[in-house]
Amino acid sequence: MTILAIESSCDETSAAVIENSAVLSNIISSQYFHSKFGGVVPELASRAHLKAISRVVNESLDSCGKTMADIDALAVTSEPGLIGSLIVGSNFAKALSIRYNIPVVPVNHIEGHLFSGNLQEEVPFPFISLVVSGGHTALFYVTSFTSYEIMGLTKDDAAGEAFDKTAKLLGLPYPGGPEIDKLAKSGNPKAYNFPRSMMHSGDYNFSFSGLKTSVRYFIQKEFPDGVPEEKMPDICASVQAAIVDILVHKAITAALEKKVKSIVIAGGVSANSGLRTKMYDESAKHNIRSIAPMMSYCMDNAAMIGYIASMKLKESGTEPFFDLSFKVNSNALRAKKK
Amino acid sequence: MNTEEFISLSEEDTIALGAKFAERLNVGDAVALTGDLGSGKTEFIKGICDYFNVEDIVNSPTFTIINQYHGEKNKEEIHIYHLDLYRIKSPAELSEIGFSECLHSDEIIKLIEWAEKAGDFLCKWDYKVNLNLSDDDENLRQIIITTN
Repeated sequence: MTILAIESSCDETSAAVIENSAVLSNIISSQYFHSKFGGVVPELASRAHLKAISRVVNESLDSCGKTMADIDALAVTSEPGLIGSLIVGSNFAKALSIRYNIPVVPVNHIEGHLFSGNLQEEVPFPFISLVVSGGHTALFYVTSFTSYEIMGLTKDDAAGEAFDKTAKLLGLPYPGGPEIDKLAKSGNPKAYNFPRSMMHSGDYNFSFSGLKTSVRYFIQKEFPDGVPEEKMPDICASVQAAIVDILVHKAITAALEKKVKSIVIAGGVSANSGLRTKMYDESAKHNIRSIAPMMSYCMDNAAMIGYIASMKLKESGTEPFFDLSFKVNSNALRAKKK
Repeated sequence: MNTEEFISLSEEDTIALGAKFAERLNVGDAVALTGDLGSGKTEFIKGICDYFNVEDIVNSPTFTIINQYHGEKNKEEIHIYHLDLYRIKSPAELSEIGFSECLHSDEIIKLIEWAEKAGDFLCKWDYKVNLNLSDDDENLRQIIITTN
């Protein structure tokens, strides 16, 4: 079975070809445009998706020597995301579906991230998956490709947002996550003590909005004339440690409670080297394996969408998924307060 | 235009003020929220959503730009758009995310964080909520509500 997958839920336009669960190609527009045109892809613009999508889809087919005649099914991100962005990918997939008379499998973006560890190695069920990105922070207990349980979510800001907004307060450029990571490498994570909200809340939810306030007043009090450059590594390392400690602590506690042997970290923030290292070290202490996918599978990508579609088709048969709608929020994945 | 001033001494205060403020909201109203990072805009909106019995977790839509919630008041369904324009770099980008269509949806309550980024595109608003941080007290917030 050969699947053409399309992802356009946020800023990246991506297309991938998956054959029998193996990734044949995975084209991501920001890399694509960066390398081919040397420019920056405008953010937030569904128009940018529109401009990119044909080229990205063609490139995903060409780069593995396939044509539309080889494609058995389409997969597309249907939720959650920016509505204008989702519409572009979904309608493109629908049009291809009608033209080539092949089914479309709608895929939840977060589900794609959940299983992204499997793209590079087999992760035995059950496992804990920590999905951390600019827009999401969620902890899942995963028992099969079609069943998983949300253990916790962020109550305010996502982890990636916490990185970007504290970076902004520190005067670092956007996106701030990679900047903090870079500076943190030469800093002391114990130099300053920033709050670790909900560390011992007894549940698996997260809260990162307090960190912004704390960093703001810290700068105001300690460095009213601006943060000197030589202090930045220590501050960044300390901020990063505050975020990473909570993520790692909750993921490991969840793994121990559920008695699983693997933790997958996925989503854009899983690219953070501090998170990768700490998760790896702490997991090892409990004889748990931590798996962080390679960069092109961490960020938003179509390979993860095609992969989960192929697994769903395998588990529940080739249902015709011609009906396709899209949603800004994913009700299935949004926790209820009560 | 009418202006009121409130003081919040904690996150809980800000949420309670949001809930109290929500009493006056009508379907179709647009609320423009302004204030620096960490001033409590999302907390204030949590309070508004509590008042309308929204069951979804209300969190920051900085990356998704817009969250949609469903609540109710007097057994009538209430639809809320929670927007965050933090990542908007120029007002021109607003047309690409359907901001103006959103602003003119009369059936929906619009709560807009970082509303100042909309510039002249914010042509229609019913309330402005400005949250100010204090220079010396980490927990203190001055909240100014302007009624159009």
